[in-house]
Amino acid sequence: MQYSFTTEQNEFRDVLRRFFEQSSPPHVVRRLMETEAGWDRVFWRDLNTQLGLCGVHVPETYGGMGFGFVELGIVLEEMGRALLCAPFFSSAVLATNAILNGADEAQKAALLPGLVAGDTVAALAITESDGKWDPGAVATTAQQTDGGYRLSGVKSFVIDGHSADLLIVLARLPGSKGEDGLSLFAVRGDADGVKRRALQTLDPTRKLARIEFDGVEAELLGKPGEAAGPIARTLAQATAMLANEMVGGAERLRESALDYANLRVQFGRPVSAFQAMKHKQADMLVDLELAKSAAYQAAQAAADDQPDFPAVASLAKASASDAYVQTAIHTIQIHGGIGFTWENDTHLWFKRAKSSEVLLGDAVWHREAVVRAWADGGRAGQ
Amino acid sequence: MTALMEAAVRAEIKDWLAAEWDPNLSLVEWRKRLVSSGWGAPSWPVTLFGRGLDPALASIVEGEMRRVGAVGVARSGARNLAIQTLLAHGSEAQKRDFLGPTLTGQYSWCQLFSEPGSGSDLAGAATRADLKDGRWIVNGQKVWTTSADHADWGLLLARTDWDVPKHKGLSFFLIDMRQPGIEVRPLRQMNGYASFNEVFLTDAEVAPEHMIGELGDGWAVATTTLMHERSHGDPSAAKPTEAGGRQGRVYDEEREEIAIATEPYGWYPQRAGRVDLILERAQETGKINDPVVRDEIGKLLVLDHSAKWTALRARAKLAPGEGLGPTGSLIKLLGSHVARTAARVHTLISGTDAMLAGTEAPKGGLIAEVLVSVPAVSIAGGTDEIQRNIIAERILRMPKEVNLDANRPFRDVLKNPGPGTR
Repeated sequence: MQYSFTTEQNEFRDVLRRFFEQSSPPHVVRRLMETEAGWDRVFWRDLNTQLGLCGVHVPETYGGMGFGFVELGIVLEEMGRALLCAPFFSSAVLATNAILNGADEAQKAALLPGLVAGDTVAALAITESDGKWDPGAVATTAQQTDGGYRLSGVKSFVIDGHSADLLIVLARLPGSKGEDGLSLFAVRGDADGVKRRALQTLDPTRKLARIEFDGVEAELLGKPGEAAGPIARTLAQATAMLANEMVGGAERLRESALDYANLRVQFGRPVSAFQAMKHKQADMLVDLELAKSAAYQAAQAAADDQPDFPAVASLAKASASDAYVQTAIHTIQIHGGIGFTWENDTHLWFKRAKSSEVLLGDAVWHREAVVRAWADGGRAGQ
Repeated sequence: MTALMEAAVRAEIKDWLAAEWDPNLSLVEWRKRLVSSGWGAPSWPVTLFGRGLDPALASIVEGEMRRVGAVGVARSGARNLAIQTLLAHGSEAQKRDFLGPTLTGQYSWCQLFSEPGSGSDLAGAATRADLKDGRWIVNGQKVWTTSADHADWGLLLARTDWDVPKHKGLSFFLIDMRQPGIEVRPLRQMNGYASFNEVFLTDAEVAPEHMIGELGDGWAVATTTLMHERSHGDPSAAKPTEAGGRQGRVYDEEREEIAIATEPYGWYPQRAGRVDLILERAQETGKINDPVVRDEIGKLLVLDHSAKWTALRARAKLAPGEGLGPTGSLIKLLGSHVARTAARVHTLISGTDAMLAGTEAPKGGLIAEVLVSVPAVSIAGGTDEIQRNIIAERILRMPKEVNLDANRPFRDVLKNPGPGTR
């Protein structure tokens, strides 16, 4: 087990941080979050031609860089820090990993190079109107037809689902229940019978869509009825990566709170000289270091494909959910009145913290997953 | 060169052990051989009970000793504090007189720093040392003194000048604990144990040659001692020598030495919260099926694992031999959080049984001991509040606390009432 980053990994992080500081300052975030797509195709192309980030974790066979989840975690941490408005989490993390985990060789070779190059943006549609992250709750059906499948149902909370070129959809074979019959499909975003609209989101930097499928022709990925394993794996990987994105955003907030406390003068001294403020900042550092340790551990566990990595990913998400929101609340409080204004940037990260808190499952849900994995240990239902 | 030197050192220590190591010697007799040969502290200078080897070669010596099961010199607990303090600040004569018998285990030590009136504020010590007829006469009270009841010598921080600011008026002494002016009383804690002592000094005497460092340099010397206290772990973790046949007088005496040193600390695992018992307890009580308790257990598991990984991350950043520095305060604060959370979850799991103690209580009273021991973690070795100050000032570089006492004569500083402050 590795508990520190290599020199190369640290250099990679430095490059990314500089790149995002220049390309995604808050005024750019504010401009993009007001657009319907929430991201800019020209910038997205630049991002991929200059840095090739969509393929960091993708094997070289498919045009990727062949690194692993530790490097992908670094990318996400830096994107979370910059609050980058781009379809990276949806396309490079969720959809790309779903294809890597669930598609057959020929499909991977056909789909991945476009995703890696950034020419195609994909979204992964699992959750439906009930908002459940459990794949077993999926109701969308895939009816077999001559030489293909037709999808019917409604997906919701699909990240970048209204702007993606390609939709990867989890559906079930008719008559199946729970994890049985779950299958993955690929559908063009503008295919006949697809009706999609952007949802109004609390966090304008992360767009969500509701998508209706009305007998839409779709390509089956992998084998029919065998998507439960690949999708569980995809979700665990995404959970680990989301935790890394979240600690990146939380760290940016924590630093801004410290900077402001040092700058702001009241009662003839910097606010940072008050012990109440010092202790609050110390506690913020402690909370965040805990969440960072768990997020890094989850990335490493995903990279090594450790047997208990889904539990570690859940642990990291539980930690990050609490830490990011708590850090955001403290950061607004430390800024005082100005922290509650639209002009101050804190609310941008605050809203990302709130939406990330529940994305892929909230802290309670993930803590239950940890307890189920480690505490019940085969003794469940005793 | 190193391979050649390694082989030479290895051959030499092997020959020496073959000739000298004998598990049927008394512990002190064996350690006298070790200390006089220099093999007990191989990285120390030849003039100071060592052989002047660099640390890599010294570790070869340690490896060979382990291999045959040879017991090492006495360095546990306050002995190591005395050793490190002497090495850094002692005169040649002090090193010569004290290091040898300390390494052999003939001298045992205690640390006389904390006082009833100065806990977090150690430099506010009010025990006084006054020079009378060529001897230092010490009056005052120390507290939380480990091993004072069986120590031969004490590391004493005392005030020798009341007319200068607090850090400048302290001096550091080695005091003979076996004299009529010293009275040691066990201090009973809220969990029933008495792991520490109160030490009353009434016209106790120190010979002038037993001052360490210069007059008024006591704080600098004490800082060295404290640094080693922080970097050194839990006294309850002392382990007997591994490997070898483990039969013979020297082993029996080592076991006895460790038993005496660790006896007061049977509760230390409990003060850390006993997270290891949580799942077992939740299963045996059925509380594992209570969704509220499950979530609290989940919180504890998240915290406990994240805390361990944070400590591992912090250590992974260190160069060999480098200390944790202010990050140690962060790790210590995490330990407090884990312990408090664990105590709360133990209470939820035990339910009504949490009102019991002793043999009828859960785990024969062990859980009750957790509940009444955990408060110590947030106090001993620097309170949680002091750790937060250190994190804020030394990691986050926030402004230091306003000093109301550092720039005026200690005599004029507001103090707690008590002996020495009159």
